[in-house]
Amino acid sequence: MQSEVMFAGFGGQGVLLSGKILAEAAMEKQLEVAWVPSYGPEMRGGTAYCTVVISDRPIRSPIIRNPMHMVVMNRPSLEKFAKMVKPGGVILVNSSLIPITSGRNDVDELRVPVMDIATNVGDVRSANIVALGAFVARSKIIDFELIRQMVRKEFGKKEKSLKINLAALEEGRKAASV
Amino acid sequence: MSKVLMKGNEAIGEAAIRAGCLNYFAYPITPQSEVAEYLSRRMPEVGGVFLQGESEVAVSYMIFGAAACGERVFTTSSSPGISLMSEGVSYIVGAQCPAVFVNIMRGGPGLGGILPSQADYLQATKGIGHGDCRLLVMVPASVQEAVEMVMMAFPLAEKYRNPVMILGDGLIGQMMEPVTFPDHLKTPPSNKNDWATNGMDTRKSKTRNLVKSLYLDPEALNAHNLRLKAKYDRMREEEIRYETYNTDTDYQILIVSYGTMSRVCQSAIDTLKAKKIEVALVRPQNVFPFPEQAVLEAASKSSCRHVLSVEMSMGQMIEDIQRSVQGKRPVHWYGKCGGDVPTPEEVMEAVEKLIPA
Amino acid sequence: MAKTFSRPKCLSEQETHYCPGCTHGIIHRLVAEAIDDLQISGRTVGIAPVGCAVLCYNYFTFDFQEAAHGRAPAMATGIKRVRPDLIVFTYQGDGDLASIGMGEIVHAANRGEKFTTVFVNNTVYGMTGGQMAPTTMPNQKTTTSPFGRNVEEVGMPIRVAELLASLATPAYISRQAAISPKYIVRAKKAIRQAFQYQVEKRCFSFVEVISTCPTNWGMTPADALKWAEKTMIPYYPLGDLKTPESVKEE
Repeated sequence: MQSEVMFAGFGGQGVLLSGKILAEAAMEKQLEVAWVPSYGPEMRGGTAYCTVVISDRPIRSPIIRNPMHMVVMNRPSLEKFAKMVKPGGVILVNSSLIPITSGRNDVDELRVPVMDIATNVGDVRSANIVALGAFVARSKIIDFELIRQMVRKEFGKKEKSLKINLAALEEGRKAASV
Repeated sequence: MSKVLMKGNEAIGEAAIRAGCLNYFAYPITPQSEVAEYLSRRMPEVGGVFLQGESEVAVSYMIFGAAACGERVFTTSSSPGISLMSEGVSYIVGAQCPAVFVNIMRGGPGLGGILPSQADYLQATKGIGHGDCRLLVMVPASVQEAVEMVMMAFPLAEKYRNPVMILGDGLIGQMMEPVTFPDHLKTPPSNKNDWATNGMDTRKSKTRNLVKSLYLDPEALNAHNLRLKAKYDRMREEEIRYETYNTDTDYQILIVSYGTMSRVCQSAIDTLKAKKIEVALVRPQNVFPFPEQAVLEAASKSSCRHVLSVEMSMGQMIEDIQRSVQGKRPVHWYGKCGGDVPTPEEVMEAVEKLIPA
Repeated sequence: MAKTFSRPKCLSEQETHYCPGCTHGIIHRLVAEAIDDLQISGRTVGIAPVGCAVLCYNYFTFDFQEAAHGRAPAMATGIKRVRPDLIVFTYQGDGDLASIGMGEIVHAANRGEKFTTVFVNNTVYGMTGGQMAPTTMPNQKTTTSPFGRNVEEVGMPIRVAELLASLATPAYISRQAAISPKYIVRAKKAIRQAFQYQVEKRCFSFVEVISTCPTNWGMTPADALKWAEKTMIPYYPLGDLKTPESVKEE
């Protein structure tokens, strides 16, 4: 069984990090994993994206035209990539910044104001973690507890940042189950 | 041993350290600057040497100087930087010193782009430097394989007293995959006292060593080049490495592909199998020496109608494939050379075009 | 009777290939004397340039590497970084060091690499047949400046020692000459001092040596010495330009 998640947004929105945390969690579960970034000139300020491939068998192509799921943090990415998601997948939309919908009726589109939620927990920069929490809770791609462990590992060195990001993850989970 | 999730570039740096190479000289260039960034922190931790040189040209001679005094040493760069280093590479080959060069390829010619490419195949395998100059060239298809090849490269460079090149596409450097660093690939450095300029006191000798590539006498240069040729011939005997995929079927099409591209081809082969179309793959792990016999045998299978070279270049390895197949099957090319990596779907389309409806 | 003069131990008995009147042989000897004197030949690695001195390793008895044109300072950097216990020197001419290798020498000096460079300035590319070098004097005729160096077109000769001395990193930078016994005695002292700084792991050390090329200058050896004294010394003044002691903390 193989699953793919594309994380897309502006450079600086932390999409590469969300993908990395998911990849770490999958590896922790003894699954095969590949994290494939876009590293073009758009890295600085333009659109950035990465694809995380998770599988119970060796991963062949790390290049994925049609990912199973997508977490999308800005409007240009939604316009560009929404059509590529496989039917039945989850599209998590940052509704704080994206007024439009994907226009798809064959996917599970979840709209979460991740930046507003992040601001409420104390730092708008944790919006990527809110999105990750909401996405994992909705897609059940991996045990939520594993993601929590990986967030602890990632931010463990800075107490304040850890507290905010754990709260962000939890608020994301809650937003997905409403 | 537990796995760690690492970016290819960082894993390459760590692999060198685990292989016992504590000397690194480099110049920044996208998409492999993370190697230098990683080692600028890591080398001081392990008591190693990190130095950012003033240019790739200078770096190639820092490598030469260090290698000539018998120390394990390596550098990493990307295509335009490798062109600059190729001057030093030729001298290192001529002077018969071991060293490891990693090329995380980007698009060209000229500045080209910074996205993945395999367009330095001919440079690496046929034209890395002036003169009768060859390198052992290893082409990893995953971050784990890049780690293993880096670790294997040092003893191989010492075995042949010749530089070894790891030739990876940009994705090998930029992807993160779980890796382990196999202890059994850690080797002690070989004894270099019979040739290295490590100081007479170091080797308790009264005879000096000389590391040079100048042979003004034509007979001496001829003999020198024949010695180099004997090493390249030995590589052809002992260093052929490849893998096959789906070759036990009655395949109509044989794909030859390497690096990340070969994994995309494997996905295409899996999907085509479900559509009752059998396609096989030969994946070279070393491209110099090239697995000529394996390609010839796979192409010669009676069910096989066509051979397809799939490369992120405008068709460079295809020349080695054609040479190997010896005209027995038509050899075609499919690829992209701008930085977009072809998807499995695009490879499938290229394969299906070769199959009569 | 006691022996008062003999061949330095680390200078081989091989006859040199240099032209009559060339000063390379003298400078080789000064290097060999310094190495003997400091008893470091067992841990010395020399680096030969491209140019007339490419074969200089035939005249020394310790380890040697052969560089590409201008790249000797990068090779020396590689050695000193991985084997700081070795004594390393580059021996370079003006085409090698001041033209194609300018980048390498400036950056090695600026990093404060702890090796020694002996820079032989005879104003021409000798090995390739007397072409114009960055140090060729104004109006000096060479095979590629047949009407004399035109400074309007190619600029003034580069004073390498001054250029390197302008770097903020502490170093020993000296200019000497091998064109008369008086100068040679001073050059010997400077070259020994340069190696001494290296043995003490103090700093980068550099000695430019004003030299002659009678063959490519089209002069007798005696006239070449006079020409160097009259034309070169005023433009390339002799002496220590910088010592590590002279650099004060800012």
